[in-house]
Amino acid sequence: MRGLSQSSPPPRPTSPTNAKGLTPRLLIAGALSLALGLALTGAAKAGPTLDAIKARGTIKVGVGTQPGFFSPDSNGRWQGFFVDFGRALSIAVFNDPDKVQFIASSPQQRLPSLQSGEFDILLSGVTQTFTRATKLGFHFGPVVFYDGQGLLVPKKLGVTKGKELNGATVCVQTGTTGELNITDFFRQNKITFKPVVIEETAENQKAFASGRCDVLTQDSSDLAITRTLLPKPDDYVLLPERISKEPLAPAIRYGDDQWLEIVNWVVNATIQAEEFGITQANVDSFLTSNDPGIRRFLGVDPSLGEAAKLDPKFIHTIIKTVGNYGEIFDRHVGPKTKVGLERGHNALWTQGGLLYAPPFR
Amino acid sequence: MTDHALTPTSHPLAPFPPPQQVPRQRLALSHARALWGALFGTPVNTAITLACVAALAVSLPPLVRWAILDAVWSGPAERCAAGEGACWAFIGEKLRYILLGFYDQDRQWRPLAATLILLGLAGMSAAPLFWRRATLGVWLAGLTVALLLLSGLPDGPPVPTERWSGLPVNLLLTTIGMIGAFPLAVLLALARRSRMGGIRSLAVLFIEVTRGVPLIAVLYVATLLVPLMLPSGLAIDKLLRAQIAIILFVSAYLAEIIRAGLQAIPDGQYEAARALGLTYWGTMRLVILPQALRTVIPSIVNLAIGLFQDTTLIVVIGLFDVLNTARNAAKDPAWLGFYTEAFGFAALIYLTVCVLASRYSLWLEARLRRVER
Repeated sequence: MRGLSQSSPPPRPTSPTNAKGLTPRLLIAGALSLALGLALTGAAKAGPTLDAIKARGTIKVGVGTQPGFFSPDSNGRWQGFFVDFGRALSIAVFNDPDKVQFIASSPQQRLPSLQSGEFDILLSGVTQTFTRATKLGFHFGPVVFYDGQGLLVPKKLGVTKGKELNGATVCVQTGTTGELNITDFFRQNKITFKPVVIEETAENQKAFASGRCDVLTQDSSDLAITRTLLPKPDDYVLLPERISKEPLAPAIRYGDDQWLEIVNWVVNATIQAEEFGITQANVDSFLTSNDPGIRRFLGVDPSLGEAAKLDPKFIHTIIKTVGNYGEIFDRHVGPKTKVGLERGHNALWTQGGLLYAPPFR
Repeated sequence: MTDHALTPTSHPLAPFPPPQQVPRQRLALSHARALWGALFGTPVNTAITLACVAALAVSLPPLVRWAILDAVWSGPAERCAAGEGACWAFIGEKLRYILLGFYDQDRQWRPLAATLILLGLAGMSAAPLFWRRATLGVWLAGLTVALLLLSGLPDGPPVPTERWSGLPVNLLLTTIGMIGAFPLAVLLALARRSRMGGIRSLAVLFIEVTRGVPLIAVLYVATLLVPLMLPSGLAIDKLLRAQIAIILFVSAYLAEIIRAGLQAIPDGQYEAARALGLTYWGTMRLVILPQALRTVIPSIVNLAIGLFQDTTLIVVIGLFDVLNTARNAAKDPAWLGFYTEAFGFAALIYLTVCVLASRYSLWLEARLRRVER
C-alpha cells in the first residue's frame, strides 16, 4: 500500500487559466447531476404538462375521426372508445369527466401538433414504434388497442384461415405498409396471390364490393367498418389472423413523469377492474369487500391515491362513469355495435388476450 | 358565368337598351327567337342541346327516384337502412350538428345569431345604397357582436374556439378574411406601383411568393411551424392563426385585383389631381381609389366566392367547417355511412351561397356598366 501511494505522483493543481475556464462549467455539471440525483431518488415530480393542465382547468386531448373510436354524436359531443379514456383521465385529474377538450387532428399533423404543445395527450390511435419513442421524443402509455392488418373475404369463398388463400386476388392500397405486409405474409406461408393495387381507399373498397378481388386487406379496425358499409355486410367475414402489429397507445411529450404515470395507471385501472370483475353497475357493491387488494384499488384504503397525489376514489369514479375496459370496448366497438369487433388480442391475459395490468399495490 | 359569356352586349337579352322601350309582345317574341337560336341555331348548338337532353333523360329519373320518391324523410336509422332511397331523416337528425358543430347545445342561439348577422352584413353591403363610409362602422360593429356571440361573452363562460364549428366558421373566416385583407391589399397595390424601388420590390416579393404557394401550404405553416417558432408559453389560438394566414393569403390576390383597377385609371386623373394641389395620399384617397375600386367590384365579389369555398380547406388543420361537420355526421356509429346525403347537403349549402353571389356579381356588372354610361 505504502509503496503504491509513494510511486503515484502527487496530484498536480491544474493551471490557473484552465481552472478559471472550467469552474463555471463544472459547477453547472455538478448542479445538474445533483438535480438529476434528486429527481431519481425523489418521487415523480409534476412537470410542465400537468402544471399547464391544472392551470388551464382542462385536458387537451388530440383525437382522430373514425366511427366507434372517436366521432361526434348528434349533439356535437365526442363519443367513442378512445374518447372514454380521455374522460377517465379527466376524472383522475379533476374528478369530473367533462374537464376535457377533444381536438380533432389529421394523421399528418397529429404528431407535430403534440410536439408543439397543442395537445397534452394524443389518443388518436397512434401506433407505438421505436422511432417515435426515441427520435421524435414521445412517451407511450399502455397499449389500449391491439390493431393489426386483417383480411376481409366473402363468406362464399368458404375460407376460415389466411393460409387457405392460395392463388387469391387481393385488393391492397399502394404505397402503404399494407402492401409490404401482405407480400411477406404470402411468402412466409409459401402460397401465391395476385395483387390488385389501387391508390384510393374508397375505390379499393368499391373494387372489393364489386368482386374484382377475393380479399381486401387493411387495418382490422378499418376493415370492420368497411364491412358494415358494404351492401350485404353479413356475406363477408374478417379472418382471425393479424399480419402486422399495430399497438395503439396514448402518446405524450417527454418531460412530465407524473403525467405519464397518471396515463399509465388510468388505463391499467380499467383493465384491472375487468380482471376483478368490477363493472359500472356493481362497483358500489365492491366498496364493502374485505379483499385488501380491492379495498386499495377502489380507494376504501386511500394509500394508492395518496401515493399518486390523486383523489383516493379516482378509480371508483372512473369505473362508475365510463366502466371497465371490457365495457368501454363493448359499448363502442364490440360485437353488438355496428363496428362489430371481436375482443381478439384485446381480451384479458386470463382469456387468451394481451391485456395485463401490473399490480395495484 | 357561361350564359354571360354567350350573350354579346348587343344581344336583345342584355339589359341594354332598357327593356321598357321595347313593346311587350315584341320582347316575348325576341326572347323566344333568342332561345331557339341558342338551342338550335347552328348544327353544333343542336348537337349540344340533344346531348344534354339525352344525359338528363338518363340521369334524372334515377336521381328523382333516389332523392324524392324512395327517400326516407323521418324515423330512425334502421328505417333508412331498410329503404332504397336517400335518407333525409339523417339530415334532419344531424342538422344542428352539421350547421353548428360542437357548439354548446343550450347556447346554440349564439352561433345562429352570429350567422344571421354575418349574412345580413354581406347582404346589406350588396346593395349599392350602402356603399358609403358609415357602412364600414356598421361592419366593424357587426363583426364585434358576432365574435362576442360566438365566444360566449359577456354573459356566461367563454366558449373556446375549438368548439366553434360549422357554417359560422366559414362565414367568419370569409368575411374577416376579406375585410382584414382589404387595407393590406390597397397598400400592397399602391406599393407595387410606387416609384420607390425598395418598397416596390418588397411588395412584388410578398405578392408573388404568396401567390406562388397553395393555401393549404400557408395553413400548414400557420398550424405546424408557427407554434414551434413561438417562444414557449406563448400560444396563439389555432383559429386565429388560420384567420391570419387567410388574411395574408387573400391580400396578395386582392392586391393584384386592385392594381388592375389602378391601371385602368387614365393618367389625366392623376395630372388633374396634382394640378388641384392634392398630395399623393389625397390623390389616392379622393380621386384614384374610389374610381379604381368601383371598376373592380365584380372581381372582388368573385374572389370572395372563391374564398368562401376555400375556407373548407381548414379541414386539413383539424378545424370543423360545414363540410367537415357534414362528413363527420356520417361517422356516428348510430348513423353510419350516409356520406352521400351528408355531402349532398353540404353541396347544397355551398351551391346556394355561390349561385346567389355569382348572380349578384352579374347584376352588379350590368349595373356598373349602366352607371358608366
